[in-house]
Amino acid sequence: MDRESSPGVGSVARLIRELNKLPGIGLKSAQRIAYHILRAPEEQSALLADAILSVKKETRLCSVCFNVTETDPCSICCDDRRDRNQVCIVEQPQDILALEHTGIYHGLYHVLHGAISPTEGVGAKDIRITELLNRLQSGSISEVIMATNTNLEGEQTALYLKKVISPLGIRVTRLARGLPFGTELEYADDVTLTRAIEGRQDL
Amino acid sequence: MSKPRNYQTEAIIIKKVKLGEADRILTFYTPSLGKIQGVAKGVRRPRSKMAGHLELLTYSTVSLARGRNLDTVTGSQTIDSFLPLKSDLELSSYALYAIELINQFTADSVENQPLFQLLLETMRSLCLKSNSEVILRSFELHLLGLVGYRPQLGCCISCRLPLEPVPNYFSAPAGGVLCPACSNSQFAVHRISVNAIKVLRWLQDNDLATAEKLKIDRELSRELEGIMRGYLHYLLEREVKSTAWLDTLKG
Repeated sequence: MDRESSPGVGSVARLIRELNKLPGIGLKSAQRIAYHILRAPEEQSALLADAILSVKKETRLCSVCFNVTETDPCSICCDDRRDRNQVCIVEQPQDILALEHTGIYHGLYHVLHGAISPTEGVGAKDIRITELLNRLQSGSISEVIMATNTNLEGEQTALYLKKVISPLGIRVTRLARGLPFGTELEYADDVTLTRAIEGRQDL
Repeated sequence: MSKPRNYQTEAIIIKKVKLGEADRILTFYTPSLGKIQGVAKGVRRPRSKMAGHLELLTYSTVSLARGRNLDTVTGSQTIDSFLPLKSDLELSSYALYAIELINQFTADSVENQPLFQLLLETMRSLCLKSNSEVILRSFELHLLGLVGYRPQLGCCISCRLPLEPVPNYFSAPAGGVLCPACSNSQFAVHRISVNAIKVLRWLQDNDLATAEKLKIDRELSRELEGIMRGYLHYLLEREVKSTAWLDTLKG
């Protein structure tokens, strides 16, 4: 990207540069946002700046499940109404938001912060697997639900975890992998269809 | 080389990198175009029609549209998803190792049909779930042959005399085997047993399908892995990333 050509001087150019570093924000988007902030009322930019600063200052990772939280342990880990026998394994904190939105799951979580990816050099030690195993050894957990992504990295992570968790005598389950809601069958790939047929259920 | 505006090719997906919110840059290994890249838009959304056909280790027909910078994937249909690979931790790790080697030993847009066939056969052989280590060694040797780094195992590469049936020395910098006398003047050599040389020669002379039938014991298997790993490391001048994971699995 040719940063020399970015218009604006001093603080505007600096803002554009910083915005440009964000995921999915190219140079043109960065310019548009920067000039929008420039024109917007000062309170609005103060709110934005404050929100950005406090997200770094006030949040940390839950020492139990490694979700992003402001209290430690996090609100899910502290909630007595939740089922303490089940742990759902997810790759990233955003996945918890999606699962919580369904309102159907009442167990606990564990965030791995990544997935095993041999070709990227991400191994078992680089994600929070040791912490999970410690947690399983000390706790009263009877079922571990693998909710890693259904791509190759997520599958590998799930298979690896099954291998290391099974000896502990804990039940390991995997979220069903089949056809997503609202799709047309003709576009489904072989892997998805195979699993959908294998995992069919009585109506 | 100018490509048509829209083109279709068979491909094995050997690498993927996230791009933006829902896109991916994919690296394809193809029979007639060699290694190419393409942007697959929206494949990280759950309802993507292409996502399942564009996963790593999938053999697909892909349609691409020429772009200014990167080409865009417009469609994809699976030919073989190598399902046994994807549901087995060890096998998928072996296969990932194979595609990482392919990615590292090839340059963009250089056609190498035999190499594509080798990759395809390797995937299919791994799916059979037997003798995976030998399949990998055979893959490595043939890969090296096809990209111009065939190790010389026939005679001593320094004095050109036939090798005696005693432990000899494999030299990565020299790209072959040295006899005990010649190995003294060299550094970075790796002791190689008589059986190991025999197996490597045999694997070089036979195709994957034949190699599958070869039974070798654990110790020899480990020796061969060490020699090949050292040679590959020397040629690439870096670690093959997925070897660390293979070691974890054997752990």
